[in-house]
Amino acid sequence: MASEVVDATAPKPRGGRFCTVCNERRAALKRPKTLEQICKECFYAVFEDEIHRVIVDNHLFKPGERIAIGASGGKDSTVLAYVLSELNIRHGYGLDLFLLSIDEGITGYRDDSLETVKRNEIQYGLPLQVVSYKELYGWTMDEIVKLIGLKNNCTFCGVFRRQALDRGAALLKVDKLVTGHNADDIAETVLLNILRGDIARLSRCTSITTGEDGPIPRCKPFKCSSVFNLLIDSFEVGPLTCSSRIYSPNAYRGFAREFIKDLERIRPRAILDIIKSGEDFRISTSTKMPEQGNCERCGYISSQKWCKACVLLEGLNRGLPKLGIGRTRGLNNERNKDMKATNGTKALQSKQCGTLDF
Amino acid sequence: MSCNSGTCESGCYREEYSGDDVRHDRPLVTGNGQESNGVSSRGGDSNSPRLCIKCKVNENIVSTHPSVAAGGGDCIRFCADCFRSNLFGKFRFAVTSNAMISPSDNVLVALSGGPGSSGIDEMKLIVSSLAPPSKQFFVIPTESIYSPDCAAGRDQLTKLASAVSDVTGKEDLVEHLRMLSLQKIATENGCTKIVLGTCTSRIACHVLEATVKGQGFSLSADIQYVDARWEIPVVLPLRDCLSEELNTLCNLDRLKLLLHDGSFFYCQDSLKTIDVLQQPRSGINGLIASFVKLLQQENPSRESTIVRTAGKLTPFCFNRIPEVGDDNGHLASQRRQKKYNLKPNESLPPESFCIICNSPLKKTGSATFNDIDNGETRAAAACSSCQYQIFPKDPSSLEYLFTPPSVNECTGKGWQYQP
Repeated sequence: MASEVVDATAPKPRGGRFCTVCNERRAALKRPKTLEQICKECFYAVFEDEIHRVIVDNHLFKPGERIAIGASGGKDSTVLAYVLSELNIRHGYGLDLFLLSIDEGITGYRDDSLETVKRNEIQYGLPLQVVSYKELYGWTMDEIVKLIGLKNNCTFCGVFRRQALDRGAALLKVDKLVTGHNADDIAETVLLNILRGDIARLSRCTSITTGEDGPIPRCKPFKCSSVFNLLIDSFEVGPLTCSSRIYSPNAYRGFAREFIKDLERIRPRAILDIIKSGEDFRISTSTKMPEQGNCERCGYISSQKWCKACVLLEGLNRGLPKLGIGRTRGLNNERNKDMKATNGTKALQSKQCGTLDF
Repeated sequence: MSCNSGTCESGCYREEYSGDDVRHDRPLVTGNGQESNGVSSRGGDSNSPRLCIKCKVNENIVSTHPSVAAGGGDCIRFCADCFRSNLFGKFRFAVTSNAMISPSDNVLVALSGGPGSSGIDEMKLIVSSLAPPSKQFFVIPTESIYSPDCAAGRDQLTKLASAVSDVTGKEDLVEHLRMLSLQKIATENGCTKIVLGTCTSRIACHVLEATVKGQGFSLSADIQYVDARWEIPVVLPLRDCLSEELNTLCNLDRLKLLLHDGSFFYCQDSLKTIDVLQQPRSGINGLIASFVKLLQQENPSRESTIVRTAGKLTPFCFNRIPEVGDDNGHLASQRRQKKYNLKPNESLPPESFCIICNSPLKKTGSATFNDIDNGETRAAAACSSCQYQIFPKDPSSLEYLFTPPSVNECTGKGWQYQP
């Protein structure tokens, strides 16, 4: 009965287990992946080694590449910046590393986390580039929330951040963008894609590298690594642990997050099992996938005529913020029609960074 | 509707059809609807929220059966007749478009007493051209897969259950054993199909269960209309029906969730032996059930979306009724086959199945497994999920898992069934 739960809590009362690796220091944590009890020092070593293996086995980087690290100031990206700069020196990857931060313009939230990123810049000697929503789109999140209220603003933030990262990466002229998504994030994405019927994303969300056909591929070296709360003690991290959800937690994303936490409590390996399932799903190559094209307005990759960011932005600028939320297809078509009617130059101006090369 | 009389041993069911119809005093429900039901006589209500959203003539279930409507979801916006024809339509569509059942089939209906399987019971009477004329009812304890002697079988089953320490694993094992029992009963009684009342809601849960247990590869095998990896093919005609619809049907017809009015069905009853294990689902499965329930409350189409997502995964070659050339019902079943669901499937049959849960194994995926002395080779033949949650850590318990003697006797194929 409930053996998994008992196992997880058993060592604590006894309190005196030794690290299974060095057998010298007290074990400080149990790795969900291997169920080993290990100490903090050994965990560092094991963890760095694991990430090194991931990087080598998946041929994530080539010598001489310029790599942007998406840095939010949270724990995952802080650890990512540390591990990558460390491994780059230790194993001689020969990479040029950069920190890339997005300033959404959320008062009191990003200010603090940007401070963290700036400290990372000094600590690891990595050049930092900050791109803000304000300069890219002309809107801060605060302004957007003021206009559309607390509902649906996640759509804006998410869509804008994704594109902002790519635009920032283009500014830095990097070859790849690395993000700190960990196993929990991937598992959550797998579940959400099942819940909303998105077979195309389901098929690619577990890949370690995505967008290889695009201008700037992204990769997730922490794909199979769990949250390492232990490491965080040694780092200064921003005030919030997960990406800016302070305005509104999306209902079923919230459910999914809770669900994953509950799952992990009952069975720690469930997270990795979900990722394994995601990789093993039999998705035939003939399954109809949306065609990737480019946005006619800003050139960003898009399956529609305009990319989602342009649709949302158009809505904001025209005072119709609900545009692009919900049934996109119909709106996209409709908007394409009246885009011809309105004068195009005015629309283009609203996106100040509109003509970046991709 | 009448079958090809030359090839049908069990005779033509036309008379029985009308017999059923009279006995249940229910309008004949056909694919194209209502005309014959005299609906227009009640059509004077102009208050549209009370009207059926389909025929816009009759009052909907909320108005006519307020007690039924309590937990009924979206389906209560139909009138009772439209609701029935809609639900039966889904059933008929599933049966005919997948050539699930042909007139010569001897069908085993697994009846747990819940709304899913009772729903099938009800629908059988309607789609009576597919129903076998004579029915029998059996109660079979799960322990009988070990031995005809119940006491010995029960003893062995209890030992096996106690050897599996993981709650979820125990639950899943019982489910696998139930399938083995059904297969055994079907074989012993000359049945050629097994019908399960697995509904959309249950499948949605299974999709998440399999995902969470790392069974993404084999998932698509379990959620199709037809599963012929077993000796006796298993069919799921209620795959497109929501549990709330089935509940509504049961409530509308005041179906007792057990047997009614002289129809007899095969039934499998595992309550006796393992009532400990038949409590509400626990562990991972229980967590998922409540998660799905929550999602369904938030969005009434969530369960269907989950099943549709998983439905886009590529099925296996055994997910269709195998073609049998010399079968009596061949002509009739061929007539029932519609093209779109039977497009040729290029995927080759997987070479191996999990020795415990019979799910297809990914060829490279089974290479890694935990060292379990003695059972090592057999552990290699189990999927990673069964290795973790079912495979006994104690080698001495292995014998219970791998020696269900009467299964060997009855199928001649041992624990593992090949399609």
